[in-house]
Amino acid sequence: MIVELGHFCLVLAFAIACVQMVVPLVGAARNWRGWMALGDPAATLQVLLLGYAFAALTWAFVTSDFSLRLVTLNSHTAKPMLYKVTGVWGNHEGSMLLWCLIIALYGAMVAWFGGNLPPRLRARVLAVQGSVGAASLAFLIFTSNPFLRLEVPPFNGRDLNPLLQDPGLAFHPPFLYLGYVGLSLTFSFAVAALIEGRVDAAWGRWVRPWTLLAWVCLTIGIALGSWWAYYELGWGGFWFWDPVENASFMPWLFAAALLHSAIVVEKREALKSWTILLAILAFGFSLIGAFIVRSGVLTSVHAFANDPERGLYLLIITGVFMGGALTLFAARAESLEAKGVFQPISREGALIANNVLLSVSAFVVFVGTIWPLVAEMVWDRKLSVGPPFFDAAFTPFMVALAAILPIGAALPWKRAVLKRSLGPFWGLLALSVALGSLIWAVQTGTSALAPVGAALASWVVLGAGADLWLRAGRGGLTQKLGRLSRLPRADWGKAVGHMGFGITVFGVSALTAWTHEDIRVAHIGDAWQVGRYEVTLNAVENVEGPNYLSTMARIRVVQGDRDLGTLTPEKRIYPVAGMPTTEAAIDNGVFRDVYVVIGDPQENGGWAVRTFIKPFANWIWAGCIVMSLGGLLSLTDRRFRVAAGARKAPKGVPAE
Amino acid sequence: MRWLAVLLVLMAEPVSAVEPDEILQDPALEERARELSKELRCPVCRNESIDESSASIAKDIRVLLRERLVAGDTDEQAVQFLVDRYGEFVLFSPPAQGANLILYFAAPVLLVLSGATAAVYLRRRAKPSPAEPLSEAEKARVAELLKE
Repeated sequence: MIVELGHFCLVLAFAIACVQMVVPLVGAARNWRGWMALGDPAATLQVLLLGYAFAALTWAFVTSDFSLRLVTLNSHTAKPMLYKVTGVWGNHEGSMLLWCLIIALYGAMVAWFGGNLPPRLRARVLAVQGSVGAASLAFLIFTSNPFLRLEVPPFNGRDLNPLLQDPGLAFHPPFLYLGYVGLSLTFSFAVAALIEGRVDAAWGRWVRPWTLLAWVCLTIGIALGSWWAYYELGWGGFWFWDPVENASFMPWLFAAALLHSAIVVEKREALKSWTILLAILAFGFSLIGAFIVRSGVLTSVHAFANDPERGLYLLIITGVFMGGALTLFAARAESLEAKGVFQPISREGALIANNVLLSVSAFVVFVGTIWPLVAEMVWDRKLSVGPPFFDAAFTPFMVALAAILPIGAALPWKRAVLKRSLGPFWGLLALSVALGSLIWAVQTGTSALAPVGAALASWVVLGAGADLWLRAGRGGLTQKLGRLSRLPRADWGKAVGHMGFGITVFGVSALTAWTHEDIRVAHIGDAWQVGRYEVTLNAVENVEGPNYLSTMARIRVVQGDRDLGTLTPEKRIYPVAGMPTTEAAIDNGVFRDVYVVIGDPQENGGWAVRTFIKPFANWIWAGCIVMSLGGLLSLTDRRFRVAAGARKAPKGVPAE
Repeated sequence: MRWLAVLLVLMAEPVSAVEPDEILQDPALEERARELSKELRCPVCRNESIDESSASIAKDIRVLLRERLVAGDTDEQAVQFLVDRYGEFVLFSPPAQGANLILYFAAPVLLVLSGATAAVYLRRRAKPSPAEPLSEAEKARVAELLKE
C-alpha cells in the first residue's frame, strides 16, 4: 500500500509539474495574478508528493520488499541498514528519483524564500523549473520507473554493488545531484530573465546564492568521489579523467565561472549576456553529464544503464533545453545591454580573465571527453584520450588561474593602477618563489611539478590572506582586527574559498610528485623498510563480515621508535553479488598517509603487499572542504539574508 | 560517480595492478616500464592504464612491454610494437597527426579566440556609451515603479 501510494504520488507529481510549467508562464505573459500565483503551491505540492514517493521507495528498501524489481536487483536482507538506505540511490532508477526530488526541492525553495522576487519573475522561474522537473519525471516514469513490481518475488535480493557499500560513496550522489540540479535553478533564472528581456543588479544578487549553493554541493560531491577512489580502488589515485568524472567536473568549472561573472552583474551591471550564457551552459553540461553517465555512449564495453531508449530520451532532453535556451539567448542577448564602464586593468578585467580560463578549460575537458566518440563516428578510428592528455592540456589553465588570482582579487573596480595594486604583493611573490626554489633544490629528481605547485599554492594562500589584511585598512592591530571581524562575510568567504583552492593545488602536486611505492612478496613475519617506515606483515586471517568474507592482513608500521599501530588491509568477497573489493588500510597523517594494500597469495607462499607513502594526500580534500566553507561563509552574507528575508526585515536597517 | 567507471572491471578479476613477479631486476628498466605503462590503456577496461589494471590482458601487456625493453627496444619502439598488435586504442595520448590535431589544437585555439573576444569586449567597455533617452516603454515602467 505504501509503495503503491508512492507510485501514485510520482505520477501525480508529474501532472503537477506540467501545470507548474504552463500556468504561471501564461499568467506572467497575460499579467493574470491568480495564474502567476499558482506556481508557489504547485512547487510546494510537487516536492511533498515526490518526498513521499522517495520515502516510500526508501521504505521498500529498508523493509526489503522484494516484490519491487528495483529492491530485488539492488538489495539483500543481510546488508547493513545504512546501505539499505543509501541503496535507494545506488542505482539508475532510484538516483533519477532523487534527481527529480531535488529539482522539485529547489523549485519549492524559490516558492518559500523568494518572497522578494518580483511576482512575474518568480512565476517564470517556477515555470521553467517546472519544465525541467516535468521532463525529468517523464524520463523517470516512462523509461525507468522505480516502482515496477515483480510477478513472483524472490526470497532474497541480489545485493547492492559492494563498491557502493561504503560511507564515502553513500553520500557522494546526493551532494552531486544537489550541485547539478542546483544549476537547473540558475538555468531557470537565466531563461526567465531572457523571457523578461531584463537583467539587472538585483537579478545578479538573486542568482548568486543559488549558484554558490550548487557549487558548494558539487565541490563536496566531487571531493567525496575522489576521496573514495583514493582509499577504495587500491592504488591511491584520486582523479582519473574518466568520462563520468569529467561529466561532474565540467559543470563545476562552469559553475565556478558563473559564480565570478555574476559578481560583475551584481556590482557593475556588465557581463550580463555572458553570465546568462554561462548559466545555460552550466546546466547544459549537467545534462550532458547525465547523458554521458546514463546512456553508456562513452563507456566502450561496459555501462551502467546501457539502454538506447534512455540515451535517446536524455539526448532529446538535453537538445531541447540547450537548444531552446540558446535560441532564446540568440534572440534576446542584444537587449541585455551592459551599463558599467571599466578599464581592462580592473577587477572586472581580472574576473573576465578568470572566466576565460575556467570556461576554456571546461571546453578542453569536453573536447577530450568526447573525442573518442567523434573519432569513432567520423573516421571510424578507435582511440583513447586519457590522463596524459588531460594533465598536459588542463594543468596550464590552472597554473595561469593560480598565478593571476591574488592580484586579480585585490584589484579595485573600474580602473586599477597595476603598480600600486602590486605593491603589497611583491614580498609574498618573492616568498613563494623562494619556497618553490627551496623545494626544487631539496627534492631528488628534476620534476618541476612539486616546486611549481608549492610556489603557486603559497602565492594563492598568502595572497588571499594579504587581501583580507589590506581590507582591514590602516591603524593599530586592535583596530585592524576589529575591522577584519566586521568585514562582510562575502569577503571572508572569498578569501577562504581562494585559500582552499591553493591548498588543493598543493595537495595535488605534492601527492603526484612525491608518492613513494613499494611492491613485494612478503611472508608472515617479514619486515621491510619503506622510506622512513618499517613495515611488518604479522598475520593474514580470514574474517567474516555481515554480508562478505574477508582476508585481512595485520601489518605493523613503525617509524623510528614511534609505533604507528597495526593496519588491517582487506580483500573482501561479497558472495551474493559475486564481487571482490579491496579495502586499503591507511594511517592518515597531516603530512603523509601510509597506505597499505594486501594482494594475492603467491604460488611459492607469501602475499603480494603494496605499501605507499603518500605525502600531503589529505590536503587535496582538506582544500575542497575549505573551498566549500568559503562558499558557505559567503552564503551567510548579510546582503543575501536581507535579500532572502526582505519581508521579515524591518524597513530601516539600524546602523551597526 | 567513480564507481560506475570501475565497477565491472573489478568484477572479473582479483584486484592487483603491477605484481611482484613482474618487476624487473634492473631498477632503471623497471622505472621506464612503469612510466610507459601509465600511458598505455588496458584494452578491456574502462579508462584504466595497464599500470593500474587488474585484468589479465593488462598483465600480459605489462610483461610484453618489459620483454621488449629487456630486448633493448627504445621507448618508442616498445610502444609501437604494442600499438601494432593492439591498435592505437591502447594509447592514452592519441598520436598527434591528422584529425587528432584538432584535439591538440583545441586548447590553444579556444584560448586565443576567447582571449581576443574578451579583449574586444574590454576595449568597448572602456569607453562610456552615450546615454540614450528613455524609450516609451521604459518611461511607462518608470511611471509604474514610481506609483508603487
